[in-house]
Amino acid sequence: MRFRAKIVDLACLNHFSRVINTIAKLAKTCTLRLTVGKLYFILSDKVANGGVSMWCELCQGNFFDEFQMEGVAAEHNEIYLELVPENLSRALKTAQSAKAVKIKLTNKHCPCLRVAVELPSLSSSSRIVTHDIPVGVIPRRLWNDFREPSVPDFDVSIYLPVLKTMKSVVERMKNLSNSIVIEANLSGEMNLKIETDLVSVTTHFKDLGNPPWASEDGCQSSAQGRDLESMAEARIDIKKLQQLLAGQQVNPTKALCNIVSKRIVHFILLHEDVSLQYFIPALA
Amino acid sequence: MPFSSPPPASGEPFALSASLDKARHLSSLLRAVHFQDHATCFATASGLRVTVEDAKCIQANAFIQAEIFQEFAVQEESVVFRINLSVLLDCLTIFGTSSLPGTSTALRMCYRGYGYPLMLFLEEGGVVTVCKINTQEPEELLDFDFCSTKVVNKIILQSEGLREAFAELDMTSEVLQITMSPDKPYFRLSTFGNAGSAHLDYPRDSDLMEAFHCNQTQTNRYKISLLKPSTKALALSCKVSIRTDAQGFLSLQYMIRNEDGQICFVEYYCCPDEDITEAEL
Repeated sequence: MRFRAKIVDLACLNHFSRVINTIAKLAKTCTLRLTVGKLYFILSDKVANGGVSMWCELCQGNFFDEFQMEGVAAEHNEIYLELVPENLSRALKTAQSAKAVKIKLTNKHCPCLRVAVELPSLSSSSRIVTHDIPVGVIPRRLWNDFREPSVPDFDVSIYLPVLKTMKSVVERMKNLSNSIVIEANLSGEMNLKIETDLVSVTTHFKDLGNPPWASEDGCQSSAQGRDLESMAEARIDIKKLQQLLAGQQVNPTKALCNIVSKRIVHFILLHEDVSLQYFIPALA
Repeated sequence: MPFSSPPPASGEPFALSASLDKARHLSSLLRAVHFQDHATCFATASGLRVTVEDAKCIQANAFIQAEIFQEFAVQEESVVFRINLSVLLDCLTIFGTSSLPGTSTALRMCYRGYGYPLMLFLEEGGVVTVCKINTQEPEELLDFDFCSTKVVNKIILQSEGLREAFAELDMTSEVLQITMSPDKPYFRLSTFGNAGSAHLDYPRDSDLMEAFHCNQTQTNRYKISLLKPSTKALALSCKVSIRTDAQGFLSLQYMIRNEDGQICFVEYYCCPDEDITEAEL
């Protein structure tokens, strides 16, 4: 198993740092899957996470100037690592004006991702700050736990409102209630609702638009033939939604959610070179 | 007005109904008195008064007169209810506290009367939020009975002179001691904290002093934890009047000008701290 990569371009470096910061806000521990062409940050839906799961995919070519990977075996040319993304985020904080960042998988005393940040200096020799981030190597027999989740058979798919507005509203609602109801219909309307003994608050978004989905075999998904006004709804943990929204440092190119009534809300946030899927299950 | 709410089915108008183009004109004033969860709201034809009290020693009032609102109608002589101020503020600022220049949150408030919830309709950028906040039985409030005839000492200061002093008050001191006198030190703020005592004097001829009417030397102490929240009102204000009566009760009145140039007032009343001996004075 070998992995070494290098980023020299400052814009790519800052972009990569932002992605890691977002991941760090969503998961304390997650799985990093390395393939020849892509990096994946994966959180599978264990009870310990409150049932949320995450799938984040990046094309390595959009970030790294050099990228060499050799997996566990020729037929399984991938590496799965368990890591604490906050550690990686902190290491990258020192790289804000770096000349280059090198990342390498090492195993001196225990497996680590060694992040070496080369900083500009006035003298001819560079300053290098090295961070050793402990990682766990996930054996191949467990790789099945981290498969890409399929798009659920949703009742309604809708584009999200302007994230800044949604973020403000959810942050305030978080002060008032532990759970939030998110409901939407095929007429581009979405409501966010909280209700407690003290107060009830509903925010109405209109004209959001519903993304067109075509299923692979060409037949109608369960969303078709549905009354346009009828709302699909799910009650979810408001902190999880707030974490997802708070973690978005840059406006995504596309942001949408798929609601399976009373079961799960599937968020898809697409940026130019990163896609993030986040699943929040409905509360009992 | 972005929207109108229909009157109650009984055909009677709302006990209180009001519209405000910029919700922050209300929320910023309410924040200046937000040191307890609960507040009592009084509405009369002249406007809205929101009162917060603590420990039976301190009372803060925010006055938002009817002219600030685009529409303000009170059906009975007065309307009173108790409400959770933290919840009210979260609702008024549902779209965030810092808005882009040129955008603002429009507000409509309706209250049907005793026992009904307070309804808020907020709109920004085409997005509408509807809030229903339960109200409670109003409780009896303190009456400081502070009228101008009982005032012993009074000064009016420009707020910028006091802001730093209040922001940096030594919170390890249990009390804030205020001395007002026709003679030196004229106006002195003192604290007695872990690191020692600190005294801040304001001369009567200072540029910051707009009015100085001190007839008697008075030194009074107030629990600093009770007065600290008044810093929020001070931060918003341009002028503050400081008055004491014969028993040492303190009145702080803050003149607040909003971004549209309209004036509102916030006042704080505080009882002197009883636990002091003659010897300490």
